[in-house]
Amino acid sequence: MTSPHTYQAQAIVIKQTKIGEADKVVTLYTLEFGKLKAVAKGACRPGSKLGGNVEPPNYCVVMLAKGRNLDIITQSQTMDGFLRVKGDLWCISCSTYILELVDAFTTEGSPNQPLFELLLDALKNLSLSDGDETVLRYFELHLLQHLGYRPQLRRCVVCNSPLKLGVNFFSPGQGGALCSGCNHEEFASHPISIDALKVLRLWQDCDYATASRVKMSAKLSSELRLLMQKYITYLLQREVKSMAWLEELKRGFGVDSNRGVH
Amino acid sequence: MSFVAEPIANLIQEFSKLPGIGPKSAQRLVYYLLRNSNEEVKALAEAILELKEKIRLCSICFNITDCDPCVICQDKERDHSKICVVEEPSDIPPLERTGKYRGMYHVLHGTINPSQGIAPEQLRINELLSRLQDGSVSEVILATNPNLEGETTALYLRRVLAPLHVHISRLARGLPFGGELEYADDVTLAQALESRREF
Repeated sequence: MTSPHTYQAQAIVIKQTKIGEADKVVTLYTLEFGKLKAVAKGACRPGSKLGGNVEPPNYCVVMLAKGRNLDIITQSQTMDGFLRVKGDLWCISCSTYILELVDAFTTEGSPNQPLFELLLDALKNLSLSDGDETVLRYFELHLLQHLGYRPQLRRCVVCNSPLKLGVNFFSPGQGGALCSGCNHEEFASHPISIDALKVLRLWQDCDYATASRVKMSAKLSSELRLLMQKYITYLLQREVKSMAWLEELKRGFGVDSNRGVH
Repeated sequence: MSFVAEPIANLIQEFSKLPGIGPKSAQRLVYYLLRNSNEEVKALAEAILELKEKIRLCSICFNITDCDPCVICQDKERDHSKICVVEEPSDIPPLERTGKYRGMYHVLHGTINPSQGIAPEQLRINELLSRLQDGSVSEVILATNPNLEGETTALYLRRVLAPLHVHISRLARGLPFGGELEYADDVTLAQALESRREF
Protein backbone atom coordinates (compact mmCIF):
# COMPACT_ATOMS: atom_id res chain seq x y z
CA MET A 1 0.00 0.00 0.00
CA THR A 2 1.38 3.41 -0.90
CA SER A 3 1.38 6.40 1.44
CA PRO A 4 -1.17 9.12 0.61
CA HIS A 5 -0.14 11.76 -1.87
CA THR A 6 -1.37 14.66 0.25
CA TYR A 7 -1.37 15.26 3.97
CA GLN A 8 -2.39 17.96 6.42
CA ALA A 9 -0.47 19.53 9.29
CA GLN A 10 -0.81 22.20 11.94
CA ALA A 11 2.18 24.45 11.49
CA ILE A 12 3.94 27.57 12.64
CA VAL A 13 5.88 29.30 9.89
CA ILE A 14 9.42 29.83 11.14
CA LYS A 15 11.29 30.98 8.05
CA GLN A 16 10.95 31.59 4.34
CA THR A 17 13.41 32.04 1.52
CA LYS A 18 12.62 33.24 -1.95
CA ILE A 19 13.54 30.90 -4.80
CA GLY A 20 13.16 31.47 -8.51
CA GLU A 21 10.79 34.13 -9.82
CA ALA A 22 7.91 33.98 -7.38
CA ASP A 23 8.27 30.85 -5.23
CA LYS A 24 9.26 30.49 -1.60
CA VAL A 25 10.82 27.69 0.43
CA VAL A 26 8.96 27.81 3.71
CA THR A 27 10.32 26.26 6.90
CA LEU A 28 7.46 25.06 9.09
CA TYR A 29 7.41 23.70 12.61
CA THR A 30 4.55 21.25 12.58
CA LEU A 31 2.73 19.45 15.34
CA GLU A 32 2.69 16.15 13.48
CA PHE A 33 6.10 15.98 11.76
CA GLY A 34 8.35 18.47 13.55
CA LYS A 35 10.37 20.79 11.35
CA LEU A 36 9.87 20.49 7.61
CA LYS A 37 10.65 22.51 4.52
CA ALA A 38 8.12 22.89 1.73
CA VAL A 39 7.67 24.96 -1.41
CA ALA A 40 4.95 27.61 -1.66
CA LYS A 41 4.58 28.11 -5.39
CA GLY A 42 3.82 31.63 -6.59
CA ALA A 43 3.72 32.92 -2.98
CA CYS A 44 5.55 36.16 -3.91
CA ARG A 45 2.80 37.25 -6.32
CA PRO A 46 0.31 39.76 -4.90
CA GLY A 47 -2.70 37.68 -5.92
CA SER A 48 -1.38 34.43 -4.46
CA LYS A 49 -3.77 32.56 -2.17
CA LEU A 50 -0.73 31.33 -0.21
CA GLY A 51 1.29 34.57 0.08
CA GLY A 52 0.10 36.11 3.35
CA ASN A 53 -0.82 32.73 4.81
CA VAL A 54 2.75 31.44 4.89
CA GLU A 55 4.37 34.49 6.51
CA PRO A 56 6.31 33.98 9.75
CA PRO A 57 5.20 33.69 12.54
CA ASN A 58 1.71 32.61 11.39
CA TYR A 59 0.03 29.61 12.97
CA CYS A 60 -1.79 27.83 10.18
CA VAL A 61 -3.22 24.57 8.94
CA VAL A 62 -1.46 23.53 5.76
CA MET A 63 -2.20 20.93 3.13
CA LEU A 64 0.94 19.48 1.57
CA ALA A 65 1.52 17.32 -1.46
CA LYS A 66 4.48 14.96 -1.70
CA GLY A 67 7.13 16.34 -4.01
CA ARG A 68 10.24 14.80 -5.52
CA ASN A 69 12.63 16.75 -3.27
CA LEU A 70 10.59 19.13 -1.15
CA ASP A 71 6.88 18.78 -0.49
CA ILE A 72 4.55 21.41 -1.92
CA ILE A 73 2.13 23.55 0.08
CA THR A 74 -1.16 23.40 -1.79
CA GLN A 75 -3.42 25.16 0.76
CA SER A 76 -2.90 27.20 3.89
CA GLN A 77 -5.48 28.52 6.32
CA THR A 78 -4.22 30.98 8.94
CA MET A 79 -5.46 30.17 12.44
CA ASP A 80 -3.63 33.04 14.14
CA GLY A 81 -1.72 35.76 12.30
CA PHE A 82 -0.46 37.41 15.53
CA LEU A 83 -1.50 40.87 14.38
CA ARG A 84 -0.37 42.60 17.56
CA VAL A 85 3.07 41.03 17.28
CA LYS A 86 3.43 42.20 13.69
CA GLY A 87 2.48 45.76 14.55
CA ASP A 88 5.15 46.38 17.18
CA LEU A 89 8.90 46.61 16.58
CA TRP A 90 9.88 44.99 19.89
CA CYS A 91 7.33 42.16 19.64
CA ILE A 92 8.14 41.39 16.00
CA SER A 93 11.85 41.26 16.91
CA CYS A 94 11.15 38.95 19.88
CA SER A 95 9.17 36.65 17.59
CA THR A 96 12.11 36.58 15.15
CA TYR A 97 14.37 35.55 18.04
CA ILE A 98 11.99 32.78 19.16
CA LEU A 99 11.71 31.44 15.61
CA GLU A 100 15.48 31.54 15.11
CA LEU A 101 15.94 29.53 18.30
CA VAL A 102 13.49 26.86 17.13
CA ASP A 103 15.16 26.71 13.72
CA ALA A 104 18.63 26.43 15.25
CA PHE A 105 17.80 23.76 17.84
CA THR A 106 15.60 21.43 15.80
CA THR A 107 16.26 19.07 12.93
CA GLU A 108 13.82 17.93 10.26
CA GLY A 109 11.67 14.90 10.87
CA SER A 110 11.67 14.82 14.68
CA PRO A 111 8.17 15.66 15.93
CA ASN A 112 7.96 17.16 19.41
CA GLN A 113 4.41 17.98 20.49
CA PRO A 114 5.32 19.78 23.75
CA LEU A 115 7.76 21.97 21.83
CA PHE A 116 5.10 22.87 19.25
CA GLU A 117 2.70 23.82 22.06
CA LEU A 118 5.41 25.83 23.82
CA LEU A 119 6.16 27.75 20.62
CA LEU A 120 2.51 28.50 19.98
CA ASP A 121 1.97 29.62 23.59
CA ALA A 122 5.09 31.81 23.47
CA LEU A 123 3.81 33.66 20.38
CA LYS A 124 0.37 34.08 21.97
CA ASN A 125 1.87 35.31 25.24
CA LEU A 126 4.12 37.71 23.36
CA SER A 127 1.04 39.18 21.77
CA LEU A 128 -0.95 39.34 25.04
CA SER A 129 1.87 40.68 27.22
CA ASP A 130 3.02 43.34 24.73
CA GLY A 131 6.51 41.86 24.63
CA ASP A 132 7.26 41.08 28.27
CA GLU A 133 10.81 39.65 28.41
CA THR A 134 9.62 36.89 30.76
CA VAL A 135 8.08 35.29 27.64
CA LEU A 136 11.56 34.97 26.14
CA ARG A 137 13.25 33.61 29.27
CA TYR A 138 10.42 31.14 29.95
CA PHE A 139 10.54 30.02 26.32
CA GLU A 140 14.32 29.55 26.35
CA LEU A 141 14.25 27.54 29.56
CA HIS A 142 11.44 25.25 28.44
CA LEU A 143 12.74 24.89 24.87
CA LEU A 144 15.98 23.52 26.30
CA GLN A 145 14.00 21.32 28.68
CA HIS A 146 11.99 19.76 25.82
CA LEU A 147 15.19 19.10 23.90
CA GLY A 148 16.95 17.38 26.83
CA TYR A 149 19.08 20.30 28.04
CA ARG A 150 17.23 21.08 31.29
CA PRO A 151 19.82 22.70 33.56
CA GLN A 152 20.37 21.19 37.01
CA LEU A 153 19.70 24.06 39.42
CA ARG A 154 18.90 22.42 42.75
CA ARG A 155 22.13 20.58 43.50
CA CYS A 156 25.76 21.03 42.54
CA VAL A 157 26.36 19.15 39.27
CA VAL A 158 29.77 17.96 40.51
CA CYS A 159 29.36 16.97 44.19
CA ASN A 160 25.53 16.64 44.20
CA SER A 161 25.25 18.58 47.46
CA PRO A 162 22.37 21.07 47.86
CA LEU A 163 23.35 24.60 46.85
CA LYS A 164 23.85 27.03 49.73
CA LEU A 165 22.79 30.65 50.07
CA GLY A 166 25.23 33.19 48.63
CA VAL A 167 26.98 33.20 45.30
CA ASN A 168 27.06 29.95 43.35
CA PHE A 169 28.19 29.38 39.77
CA PHE A 170 26.62 28.25 36.52
CA SER A 171 28.59 26.16 34.08
CA PRO A 172 27.12 25.87 30.53
CA GLY A 173 29.46 22.97 29.82
CA GLN A 174 28.38 21.01 32.90
CA GLY A 175 24.72 21.88 32.29
CA GLY A 176 23.92 23.34 35.69
CA ALA A 177 24.93 25.05 38.90
CA LEU A 178 28.13 24.51 40.83
CA CYS A 179 28.72 25.19 44.51
CA SER A 180 31.56 27.56 45.38
CA GLY A 181 33.67 24.60 46.56
CA CYS A 182 33.48 22.76 43.23
CA ASN A 183 33.85 25.78 40.97
CA HIS A 184 36.99 25.51 38.90
CA GLU A 185 38.49 27.53 36.05
CA GLU A 186 38.16 24.63 33.60
CA PHE A 187 34.33 24.68 33.93
CA ALA A 188 34.20 28.21 32.35
CA SER A 189 31.45 29.06 34.83
CA HIS A 190 29.67 32.34 35.61
CA PRO A 191 28.52 33.58 39.03
CA ILE A 192 24.79 33.15 39.63
CA SER A 193 22.91 34.95 42.40
CA ILE A 194 20.56 33.07 44.71
CA ASP A 195 17.63 35.15 43.39
CA ALA A 196 18.40 34.10 39.81
CA LEU A 197 18.57 30.47 40.93
CA LYS A 198 15.23 30.76 42.73
CA VAL A 199 13.49 32.34 39.72
CA LEU A 200 14.88 29.74 37.28
CA ARG A 201 13.90 26.87 39.61
CA LEU A 202 10.37 28.21 39.85
CA TRP A 203 10.09 28.76 36.08
CA GLN A 204 11.36 25.24 35.34
CA ASP A 205 8.30 23.67 36.94
CA CYS A 206 5.48 26.22 36.68
CA ASP A 207 3.19 27.35 33.88
CA TYR A 208 3.62 30.69 32.12
CA ALA A 209 0.77 32.35 34.05
CA THR A 210 2.65 31.76 37.32
CA ALA A 211 6.02 32.68 35.78
CA SER A 212 4.69 36.01 34.53
CA ARG A 213 3.67 37.03 38.05
CA VAL A 214 7.30 37.16 39.21
CA LYS A 215 8.37 40.78 39.63
CA MET A 216 12.04 41.34 38.97
CA SER A 217 14.53 44.17 39.25
CA ALA A 218 16.31 45.31 36.06
CA LYS A 219 19.52 43.81 37.48
CA LEU A 220 18.01 40.36 38.00
CA SER A 221 16.31 40.45 34.60
CA SER A 222 19.64 41.30 32.97
CA GLU A 223 21.44 38.52 34.91
CA LEU A 224 18.94 35.93 33.71
CA ARG A 225 19.19 37.17 30.12
CA LEU A 226 22.99 36.92 30.09
CA LEU A 227 22.95 33.53 31.78
CA MET A 228 20.53 32.01 29.27
CA GLN A 229 22.42 33.66 26.41
CA LYS A 230 25.68 32.02 27.53
CA TYR A 231 24.04 28.61 27.93
CA ILE A 232 22.40 28.80 24.49
CA THR A 233 25.61 30.03 22.82
CA TYR A 234 27.48 27.10 24.41
CA LEU A 235 24.92 24.55 23.21
CA LEU A 236 24.73 25.93 19.67
CA GLN A 237 28.44 26.74 19.50
CA ARG A 238 27.50 30.05 17.92
CA GLU A 239 25.69 33.28 18.76
CA VAL A 240 21.97 33.65 18.06
CA LYS A 241 21.99 36.53 15.57
CA SER A 242 18.64 38.07 16.53
CA MET A 243 19.77 38.39 20.17
CA ALA A 244 22.24 41.08 19.05
CA TRP A 245 19.34 42.91 17.39
CA LEU A 246 17.25 42.77 20.59
CA GLU A 247 20.20 44.21 22.52
CA GLU A 248 20.59 46.96 19.93
CA LEU A 249 16.91 47.86 20.17
CA LYS A 250 17.18 48.17 23.93
CA ARG A 251 20.26 50.35 23.73
CA GLY A 252 18.73 52.55 21.06
CA PHE A 253 15.22 52.98 22.41
CA GLY A 254 15.44 52.50 26.19
CA VAL A 255 14.29 49.63 28.35
CA ASP A 256 12.49 48.88 31.58
CA SER A 257 12.67 45.74 33.70
CA ASN A 258 9.86 43.87 31.98
CA ARG A 259 8.98 45.18 28.57
CA GLY A 260 11.82 45.66 26.11
CA VAL A 261 11.24 48.86 24.15
CA HIS A 262 8.89 51.68 25.13
CA MET B 1 40.96 15.17 -21.60
CA SER B 2 38.30 17.71 -22.55
CA PHE B 3 36.12 17.07 -25.61
CA VAL B 4 35.32 20.74 -26.18
CA ALA B 5 37.64 23.60 -27.06
CA GLU B 6 38.86 25.62 -24.09
CA PRO B 7 37.09 28.92 -25.04
CA ILE B 8 33.78 27.05 -25.26
CA ALA B 9 34.34 25.29 -21.93
CA ASN B 10 35.28 28.62 -20.29
CA LEU B 11 32.16 30.39 -21.52
CA ILE B 12 29.94 27.46 -20.49
CA GLN B 13 31.45 27.68 -17.01
CA GLU B 14 30.85 31.46 -16.84
CA PHE B 15 27.23 31.18 -18.03
CA SER B 16 26.59 28.40 -15.50
CA LYS B 17 27.28 30.92 -12.72
CA LEU B 18 24.22 32.97 -13.71
CA PRO B 19 21.00 32.46 -11.73
CA GLY B 20 18.67 29.85 -13.24
CA ILE B 21 21.28 28.69 -15.79
CA GLY B 22 22.45 25.10 -15.48
CA PRO B 23 25.27 23.49 -17.47
CA LYS B 24 22.91 22.35 -20.26
CA SER B 25 21.34 25.80 -20.72
CA ALA B 26 24.82 27.33 -20.63
CA GLN B 27 25.94 24.96 -23.38
CA ARG B 28 22.91 25.89 -25.51
CA LEU B 29 23.64 29.61 -25.10
CA VAL B 30 27.29 29.16 -26.07
CA TYR B 31 26.45 27.21 -29.26
CA TYR B 32 23.82 29.82 -30.09
CA LEU B 33 26.44 32.59 -29.79
CA LEU B 34 28.83 30.58 -31.99
CA ARG B 35 26.24 30.59 -34.75
CA ASN B 36 25.70 34.38 -34.42
CA SER B 37 27.57 36.98 -36.46
CA ASN B 38 30.70 38.62 -35.06
CA GLU B 39 28.87 41.97 -34.72
CA GLU B 40 26.08 40.54 -32.64
CA VAL B 41 28.47 38.77 -30.28
CA LYS B 42 30.58 41.91 -30.00
CA ALA B 43 27.49 44.00 -29.17
CA LEU B 44 26.59 41.57 -26.38
CA ALA B 45 30.12 41.60 -24.94
CA GLU B 46 30.22 45.41 -25.05
CA ALA B 47 26.82 45.69 -23.40
CA ILE B 48 28.05 43.49 -20.53
CA LEU B 49 31.26 45.50 -20.14
CA GLU B 50 29.36 48.80 -20.30
CA LEU B 51 27.09 47.58 -17.53
CA LYS B 52 29.94 47.38 -15.07
CA GLU B 53 31.78 50.45 -16.33
CA LYS B 54 28.90 52.92 -16.47
CA ILE B 55 26.43 51.78 -13.84
CA ARG B 56 26.85 53.21 -10.36
CA LEU B 57 24.70 54.27 -7.44
CA CYS B 58 23.04 57.69 -7.42
CA SER B 59 24.68 59.71 -4.64
CA ILE B 60 21.28 61.04 -3.51
CA CYS B 61 18.76 58.20 -3.69
CA PHE B 62 21.12 55.21 -4.18
CA ASN B 63 19.18 53.93 -7.16
CA ILE B 64 21.32 52.29 -9.85
CA THR B 65 22.03 54.78 -12.61
CA ASP B 66 24.39 55.67 -15.43
CA CYS B 67 24.47 59.37 -14.47
CA ASP B 68 24.90 60.92 -11.05
CA PRO B 69 22.48 62.24 -9.80
CA CYS B 70 20.01 59.89 -11.48
CA VAL B 71 17.31 61.14 -13.88
CA ILE B 72 14.67 61.08 -11.14
CA CYS B 73 16.77 63.15 -8.70
CA GLN B 74 17.66 65.61 -11.49
CA ASP B 75 14.05 66.12 -12.58
CA LYS B 76 12.93 69.60 -11.43
CA GLU B 77 9.31 68.81 -12.35
CA ARG B 78 9.05 66.13 -9.68
CA ASP B 79 7.92 66.76 -6.11
CA HIS B 80 11.13 66.94 -4.05
CA SER B 81 9.21 67.20 -0.78
CA LYS B 82 8.16 63.53 -0.90
CA ILE B 83 10.48 60.55 -0.55
CA CYS B 84 9.33 57.01 -1.18
CA VAL B 85 11.58 54.49 0.64
CA VAL B 86 12.00 51.15 -1.16
CA GLU B 87 14.05 48.04 -0.44
CA GLU B 88 15.71 47.48 -3.82
CA PRO B 89 16.27 49.39 -7.09
CA SER B 90 13.95 46.85 -8.77
CA ASP B 91 11.03 48.22 -6.69
CA ILE B 92 11.14 51.61 -8.45
CA PRO B 93 10.01 50.66 -12.01
CA PRO B 94 6.67 49.12 -10.86
CA LEU B 95 5.89 52.26 -8.82
CA GLU B 96 6.83 54.47 -11.78
CA ARG B 97 4.63 52.42 -14.12
CA THR B 98 1.56 53.34 -12.06
CA GLY B 99 2.05 56.99 -13.09
CA LYS B 100 0.55 57.99 -9.71
CA TYR B 101 3.72 59.05 -7.97
CA ARG B 102 5.84 62.03 -8.96
CA GLY B 103 8.04 62.35 -5.87
CA MET B 104 11.58 61.18 -5.09
CA TYR B 105 12.89 57.77 -3.98
CA HIS B 106 15.37 56.36 -1.52
CA VAL B 107 16.74 52.84 -1.95
CA LEU B 108 17.76 51.03 1.25
CA HIS B 109 19.49 48.10 -0.54
CA GLY B 110 18.01 45.46 1.73
CA THR B 111 15.93 45.06 4.87
CA ILE B 112 16.67 44.59 8.54
CA ASN B 113 16.93 40.84 8.99
CA PRO B 114 17.97 39.98 12.55
CA SER B 115 18.21 36.23 11.96
CA GLN B 116 20.63 36.84 9.06
CA GLY B 117 22.57 39.41 11.08
CA ILE B 118 21.57 42.32 8.80
CA ALA B 119 21.40 45.44 10.98
CA PRO B 120 20.30 49.02 10.10
CA GLU B 121 23.95 50.12 9.76
CA GLN B 122 24.29 47.89 6.70
CA LEU B 123 21.41 49.67 4.94
CA ARG B 124 21.22 53.23 3.58
CA ILE B 125 19.26 54.48 6.60
CA ASN B 126 21.80 57.09 7.79
CA GLU B 127 21.83 58.53 4.26
CA LEU B 128 18.03 58.82 4.41
CA LEU B 129 18.26 60.66 7.74
CA SER B 130 20.82 63.05 6.21
CA ARG B 131 18.41 63.83 3.36
CA LEU B 132 15.78 64.84 5.89
CA GLN B 133 18.00 67.19 7.91
CA ASP B 134 17.34 70.40 5.91
CA GLY B 135 13.58 70.24 6.50
CA SER B 136 12.65 70.40 2.80
CA VAL B 137 10.99 66.97 2.89
CA SER B 138 7.43 66.93 4.21
CA GLU B 139 6.49 63.26 3.68
CA VAL B 140 8.27 59.92 3.77
CA ILE B 141 6.37 57.02 2.22
CA LEU B 142 7.49 53.62 3.51
CA ALA B 143 7.19 51.15 0.63
CA THR B 144 8.99 48.13 2.10
CA ASN B 145 7.57 44.71 1.28
CA PRO B 146 4.68 43.53 3.46
CA ASN B 147 6.58 40.62 5.03
CA LEU B 148 8.35 40.05 8.37
CA GLU B 149 11.61 41.76 7.35
CA GLY B 150 9.88 44.59 5.47
CA GLU B 151 7.61 45.20 8.44
CA THR B 152 10.54 45.20 10.90
CA THR B 153 12.33 47.74 8.70
CA ALA B 154 9.23 49.96 8.41
CA LEU B 155 8.62 49.88 12.18
CA TYR B 156 12.27 50.72 12.81
CA LEU B 157 12.18 53.60 10.32
CA ARG B 158 9.04 54.94 11.98
CA ARG B 159 10.93 55.11 15.26
CA VAL B 160 14.06 56.80 13.93
CA LEU B 161 12.07 59.25 11.79
CA ALA B 162 9.66 60.23 14.57
CA PRO B 163 11.92 62.93 16.12
CA LEU B 164 12.31 64.63 12.72
CA HIS B 165 8.63 65.68 12.65
CA VAL B 166 8.10 64.55 9.09
CA HIS B 167 4.79 63.03 7.94
CA ILE B 168 5.30 59.25 7.67
CA SER B 169 2.98 57.11 5.58
CA ARG B 170 2.96 53.44 4.60
CA LEU B 171 1.72 51.87 1.37
CA ALA B 172 -1.84 50.66 1.93
CA ARG B 173 -2.46 46.95 2.23
CA GLY B 174 -5.57 45.33 0.98
CA LEU B 175 -7.05 42.84 -1.41
CA PRO B 176 -5.25 42.45 -4.72
CA PHE B 177 -7.16 43.03 -7.95
CA GLY B 178 -8.24 39.60 -9.23
CA GLY B 179 -7.85 38.05 -5.77
CA GLU B 180 -10.54 36.31 -3.73
CA LEU B 181 -11.73 37.27 -0.27
CA GLU B 182 -11.93 33.63 0.78
CA TYR B 183 -8.18 33.14 0.32
CA ALA B 184 -7.03 36.41 1.89
CA ASP B 185 -4.94 36.10 5.05
CA ASP B 186 -5.92 37.69 8.38
CA VAL B 187 -3.42 40.55 8.26
CA THR B 188 -4.44 41.63 4.76
CA LEU B 189 -8.14 41.41 5.55
CA ALA B 190 -7.81 43.25 8.87
CA GLN B 191 -5.87 46.05 7.23
CA ALA B 192 -8.18 46.18 4.23
CA LEU B 193 -11.07 46.69 6.66
CA GLU B 194 -9.20 49.28 8.71
CA SER B 195 -8.27 51.34 5.65
CA ARG B 196 -11.65 51.03 3.86
CA ARG B 197 -12.76 54.15 1.98
CA GLU B 198 -15.93 55.94 1.07
CA PHE B 199 -17.29 54.43 -2.16
